[in-house]
Amino acid sequence: MDRRDFLKRTITIIAGAAIPASALEFIDPKRLLAAGSSDYKWVFLADTQKCVGCGFCVKACKLENEVPYDADVSRTWVERYVICKDGKMRVENGMPNPGFGINADSPKAGRDGFTTPQIDIGEGRHVEVKEEDISKAFFVPKLCNQCDNPPCVQVCPVGATYKTADGVVLVDRSWCIGCGYCIMGCPYGVRFFHPLLKVAEKCNFCYHRITKGMKTACVQSCPFGARQIGNLKDPNDPVTRTIMYGRVGVLKSEYGTKPQVYYLALDREVR
Amino acid sequence: MSHVWRPLFVALALVAGILIFRTFYVPKDFGVGEAGYMYGWHNFTNEKFWKEIKVKYQGSGQCKECHRENFTSIQKTPHGIIPCENCHGPGVGHPGKIAKLPIDVNRLLCLRCHAILKYPNSDRGKIRGIDPATHQDPNVECVTCHDPHNPNLGVLKKSPQRFPVYEQESKKEGRTAK
Repeated sequence: MDRRDFLKRTITIIAGAAIPASALEFIDPKRLLAAGSSDYKWVFLADTQKCVGCGFCVKACKLENEVPYDADVSRTWVERYVICKDGKMRVENGMPNPGFGINADSPKAGRDGFTTPQIDIGEGRHVEVKEEDISKAFFVPKLCNQCDNPPCVQVCPVGATYKTADGVVLVDRSWCIGCGYCIMGCPYGVRFFHPLLKVAEKCNFCYHRITKGMKTACVQSCPFGARQIGNLKDPNDPVTRTIMYGRVGVLKSEYGTKPQVYYLALDREVR
Repeated sequence: MSHVWRPLFVALALVAGILIFRTFYVPKDFGVGEAGYMYGWHNFTNEKFWKEIKVKYQGSGQCKECHRENFTSIQKTPHGIIPCENCHGPGVGHPGKIAKLPIDVNRLLCLRCHAILKYPNSDRGKIRGIDPATHQDPNVECVTCHDPHNPNLGVLKKSPQRFPVYEQESKKEGRTAK
């Protein structure tokens, strides 16, 4: 082999190695058509001013989606935030409050509502904030953000969780191996291990309802209109209009997940 | 042929074995959707599975078909915003399999909204509420004196016995309404 041959072969090998495997894939037109595109892009809007913490949404969700009612897991939940004028946490009998610097709770995911000013700080302990000490107090409904860049889908080693064309992240129960990577990967903590089916479980915007033209169970059961679902591809949808022209916030935007649950009257204390 | 090549044949056989196994094991509909290579891999038939889950909460519109009187009367009150199924339970199977929906008359149901919490940044602070510990007898259901379909305090005090819901429940449990 002379110098010229060596250089020629080297260039050929480098050029060959640079072609990505996907470029060589034969694209089946049938498969492309099957994947299709959708006229829908589901988004959610939650109003933390309108939410009164009645918890009817959590109850409806658990019954609608057959999530074990008394198990400490839920696809959606309601959080209470009580922020004091002095900016400090309240403590009980000198014991530390395990909260992260604020008084917040979500007993039983808010399934039975909030019927007492006592804040549940875990381990059966409660603290109470005096009415005159409250600077801000409100409720925040939480559910899956159906991220445009879903970290839970990215980490799934078997392709059991995926994002549909209409923007909802689903779990294939027959394909899930229960490794739990997605549960760890979700920055919002919306995923959990289904105690009976032993697979990853999550909110899917009641996919069986929205695809039939119904509202999600939580939206339908909310008497105050604090929860709304809409189609971002419909410019006249009231939810779309609020997201486009109103002032909305999202949770943990710094993670780059592009969450699709938008909040009205969000506070910086909400995590 | 040189024995040096033998490990290569073993490796090739392994790769071929895996590829053959893969063609049989991976479902035919496993592919990439609109969401792309990073987020789209899935069995397409699984979307169908999720679409076919049974709907349990039917919506107040269905209740109206038979219970028009109750549906229209509650609309005139502040409780008109509450969907029927929040208190009466999901309507799936009714009428039919479930002849009578169980009615939740527990005090805790009402306290979800009416336990007083004076929160300044939530509409909860605007709802008329009571202190559950001090308001009347904590062991008596709210429906003994209040009609959830007509939560007008003035009307109720004049006619406290007109609560068919509570009477039904009481009979069931062998108690009397008064």
